[in-house]
Amino acid sequence: MTADIDKTAGPKDTPPTGPPAIKAIPVRHYGRYLTALIAIAVLGAIIYAFGQGRINWHAVPDYFFDDRIMTGVGKTLLLTVLSMLIGIVGGIVLAVMRLSKNPVTSAIAWFYIWFFRGTPVLVQLFVWFNLGLVFEYINLMPFYKDYWSSFMTPLLTALLGLGLNEAAYMAEICRAGLLAVDEGQTEAAHALGMSHGKTLRRIVIPQAMRVIVPPTGNEVINMLKTTSLVSAVQFAELFRYAQDIGQVSGAPVEMYFLAAAWYLIMTSVLSVGQYYVERYYARGSSRSLPPTPWQKVRGHLTSFSSRKVTA
Amino acid sequence: MTDKLTKRDTPARDTSVAMVKAEGVHKSFGQVEVLKGIDLEVRPGEVFCLIGPSGSGKSTFLRCINHLEKINAGRLYVDGELVGYRQQGDKLYELRDREVAVKRRDIGMVFQRFNLFPHMTALENVIEAPVQVKGLNKGQARERAMQLLERVGLADRAGHYPSQLSGGQQQRVAIARALAMDPKLMLFDEPTSALDPELVGDVLDVMRDLAESGMTMVVVTHEMGFAREVGDSLVFMDDGVVVESGNPREVLTNPQHERTQSFLSKVL
Ligand SMILES: Nc1ncnc2c1ncn2[C@@H]1O[C@H](COP(=O)(O)OP(=O)(O)O)[C@@H](O)[C@H]1O
Ligand SMILES: [Mg+2]
Repeated sequence: MTADIDKTAGPKDTPPTGPPAIKAIPVRHYGRYLTALIAIAVLGAIIYAFGQGRINWHAVPDYFFDDRIMTGVGKTLLLTVLSMLIGIVGGIVLAVMRLSKNPVTSAIAWFYIWFFRGTPVLVQLFVWFNLGLVFEYINLMPFYKDYWSSFMTPLLTALLGLGLNEAAYMAEICRAGLLAVDEGQTEAAHALGMSHGKTLRRIVIPQAMRVIVPPTGNEVINMLKTTSLVSAVQFAELFRYAQDIGQVSGAPVEMYFLAAAWYLIMTSVLSVGQYYVERYYARGSSRSLPPTPWQKVRGHLTSFSSRKVTA
Repeated sequence: MTDKLTKRDTPARDTSVAMVKAEGVHKSFGQVEVLKGIDLEVRPGEVFCLIGPSGSGKSTFLRCINHLEKINAGRLYVDGELVGYRQQGDKLYELRDREVAVKRRDIGMVFQRFNLFPHMTALENVIEAPVQVKGLNKGQARERAMQLLERVGLADRAGHYPSQLSGGQQQRVAIARALAMDPKLMLFDEPTSALDPELVGDVLDVMRDLAESGMTMVVVTHEMGFAREVGDSLVFMDDGVVVESGNPREVLTNPQHERTQSFLSKVL
């Protein structure tokens, strides 16, 4: 198996049967040293500047695990997950509508995507929040009737604003994914007697996922950051809590740093998750799965210790 | 496949009914007429070979048989039933997608480019339709699938993904996948054309074995040796019409039509 060949094994451990190894003086890249030096100097200057600034760094660890911050982190994550769920489900539905042979459904999907991609999400959030000015009541005839303002809670506003906007982006991602699946796959499934729905669910979508997952991972990370906008429609999440604490404790800038640190932690964790999800959907697409980071580390360790044995 | 043989021997099957019957089948893509009136008849249990130059409409005709393409004129019957329509009096009613899907269960199809599901192992490919379409439980389906993989000589590759199999192995899995639905008719569209020459033999062996078990097969092929040895009937198609038909050994050794002669002189 070609996969077993250890590419990291250098010429050092090949038995000395061939011609002698080349010993040459490597080219010196003076330009690289210079740019590295400049970069380090600039970085140092920035760090020094922040060190000199009147920033009360202690405030950051003091409040890092504050109850309000933790609640905010939880709500940010919740909002991210729920909005993405709405976005993904809506995106798949829109993508299927867009690709359908029915011109009406296709046109509706096109219009939806056109509208929601073409307007800023912040504007959409305000529109949802303030629809009470236009509709006094929400009236789902037999089931539910209430004032718009008490129906449209900040959470619902945030979810609709973020989720419906996301669906438009996900629709384009899903459409590209569905189109990337070979037509022969649909044909083979139909020839086996599978219905359109089953073919889509069992054959086409799982293969489309390989194309859909990487950009969706980016969307999740984007969504996590975009949730900070919903403080504008009175939904309290990480950014809003950090702001509140900043105003009360008199350390507003510090609290922004704190929020930034939490966002960084969350996006980093999501990136790792994304790697594993991508790996899962890559199964069958290449002869062997790419190693997990842990497997990579272990592979390097074992290849060090067993060099002589494998050579 | 003894179950297949017994199925065929049951008196319920009327062997006088053609497995496939085409009467003046026409098919156009837009302005281009691809099939210009095909008449032919495939008898149950027969290996029916379809040869002809590229672009002559062989694949299109095959795809019409399981209604992957709609015909524009003429009549096409499988096992005595109209393909894609229901006739009531002198009116034709289009079948619903669901009804078409039900009819396709009985017709296996093998493609030139295999079209295995790449995200499933060989075994999963074979059990997919029995489980999802026929509602078999996984255990039964798996057992049967292993028998089929055994039969095509790939029991030891059950856990491999298609990308880990050679072309010939993929095609044999594809045959097993089609057989898993217990079809009464198998369609082969140039099953060996995408294969390296040394892998063709294995696939043809599986098809020969299948033919011996009594399966009705319509085979589009350029393998004249296979057609001669295994085929019961042969049709030469050119430019959307049947030019010549008959016993494969006779047509191949002694073609009557000038177009058949010139085609055979190129491929033999
Ligand atoms: N879906 C399609 N749309 C338009 N033209 C098609 C389509 N499928 C096949 N054709 C045309 O029909 C003709 C016959 O094709 P095909 O049945 O694949 O021939 P063969 O299998 O004998 O090589 C070709 O000219 C091809 O370009
Ligand atoms: Mg063809």
